Amino acid sequence: MSSPAGAPAGGAASLAIEDLVAGYGEVRALNDVTITASGASITAVLGANGAGKTTLLRAISGMVRPRSGRILLDGADQAGRGPEDMARAGIAHVPEGQGVIPELTVEENLRLGTMAWPGLARRRADRGAALAEAYERFGVLADRRRKPAGTLSGGERQMLVIARALIARPRVLLLDEPSLGLAPKIMRQVMDTVVRLSKESGITVVLVEQNARAALAIADHGVVLNLGRVVAAADAKTLAADVALRHHYLGF
Amino acid sequence: MVEFLQFTLSGISFGMIYAAIALSLVLIWRGTRLVNFAQGAMAMFTTYIGIEVIYHTGSYWTGFVVALAAGIVLGAVAELAVIKPAQGKPELNAVIITIGLLVLLEGLAGIFYGGQFRSFPAAFSVTGLHVGSTALGVSRFDVFVAAAVLVTTLLLAVGFRYTSAGLRMRAAAFNATVARLSGIRVARVITVGWALAGLLGALAGVLVSPSTFLYPNSMDTIFVFGFTAAVIGGLDSPFGAVIGGLLLGVALSYAGGYLGSQVTALVALGILVVVLMLRPAGIFSGAQVRRV
Repeated sequence: MSSPAGAPAGGAASLAIEDLVAGYGEVRALNDVTITASGASITAVLGANGAGKTTLLRAISGMVRPRSGRILLDGADQAGRGPEDMARAGIAHVPEGQGVIPELTVEENLRLGTMAWPGLARRRADRGAALAEAYERFGVLADRRRKPAGTLSGGERQMLVIARALIARPRVLLLDEPSLGLAPKIMRQVMDTVVRLSKESGITVVLVEQNARAALAIADHGVVLNLGRVVAAADAKTLAADVALRHHYLGF
Repeated sequence: MVEFLQFTLSGISFGMIYAAIALSLVLIWRGTRLVNFAQGAMAMFTTYIGIEVIYHTGSYWTGFVVALAAGIVLGAVAELAVIKPAQGKPELNAVIITIGLLVLLEGLAGIFYGGQFRSFPAAFSVTGLHVGSTALGVSRFDVFVAAAVLVTTLLLAVGFRYTSAGLRMRAAAFNATVARLSGIRVARVITVGWALAGLLGALAGVLVSPSTFLYPNSMDTIFVFGFTAAVIGGLDSPFGAVIGGLLLGVALSYAGGYLGSQVTALVALGILVVVLMLRPAGIFSGAQVRRV
């Protein structure tokens, strides 16, 4: 196997969010948010409920149209494009708790990952290898490939959505609460997987987590949102050591 | 006993036509969450196009193919031109638009072709088949009707199950958000769904018209029965639509044969009421009950 499933096509990605404003109806969920993430790094986006974390991911993946601001992927502005175009541009978004289509089999869910690939011919030729690699990495999925995804446990479903996101060969991976509702042991497995992927495949990961302690433990950088504004952005270690900030915004 | 066999066989033949309409409604429902009330009128219109081609070329099969092609085009154009602009607006808007489309198409057919009944040729002999001296109550053409719908349905089922395009359609139907995030152009997939529905409707129109004659309202009853079949089977289930169509076809054939043709509509309504009371989502629907 020449390249890992997640290997970016054109080297390390750089994602830059500049002065992003987005919201729903009258409500402004994001106010002038500026964030950068690049290379094989994990950026944790933290904050209380309603801070705008999920909206930020939804805006980056095109599910929420930004009112203003720029979303630069390797310098090219992507703001205003729809989710299908963002997926094709190399941004994979794993939404919170609903990424699996339970009516489809495990393998069909994985095959959805190939839909963002350019070119039909290449899709046919590469699909087998990409699926084999996913099964190798996530052995638990290999045994269940013909079963409906609805029969998987919570942890297995989370593995499935991450595996599918990787088959798309993204440059940027947006993960929304990957550990939500999982038992602590399974949660650690998911987090370990995220770290391994970022390091091995060179993917730029943006991780939204309710569990700030767990997220900062694996992240390189951290961004703290409060009421739609960035209130802190620094090294993960620095944030974890900032007692006042932790008490004030992160609750631990 | 012979009567029973005759009613069963002719019920299956008509049931396949209801199944085709039901399946077309299911295809649209799964993509757009909308009952297309113009589905019958669209089928009527494409059948008129087919009959014109048959008159001018003298070839049944040319007309047959042109009618199906017209169904594909009409389905896609209807979705792009009048349904898509109503997306994101209150659900009732799109429903009213389909009813408007129904009235428009029936009005246009009246203007272009007049209101008189026109006979539509059949592809094969319509005289009854016999086994020995026993009449089966169905003709070669009835066999062709059942086979044509069956083959089309199987092709669709295989396409949905085993091709990438089919996977895209199923993913878009089950969860449009996940499909879009995977890079699937869901808007395009929905248009394809309408085109396929147009094809099935056109097929039903061409197949039923030799038995019913063709006039601007000729598909109204067929649409109502097809809709009933789709609801019986569950609007979410392509398999249920076909089974629903067959069940309804046979039941109506028995009702018409034993009780008289004036009660068929009543029986259809009765079946609909009973099914909705016992299984509101339809017999074969695995999905949650939804607001229709």
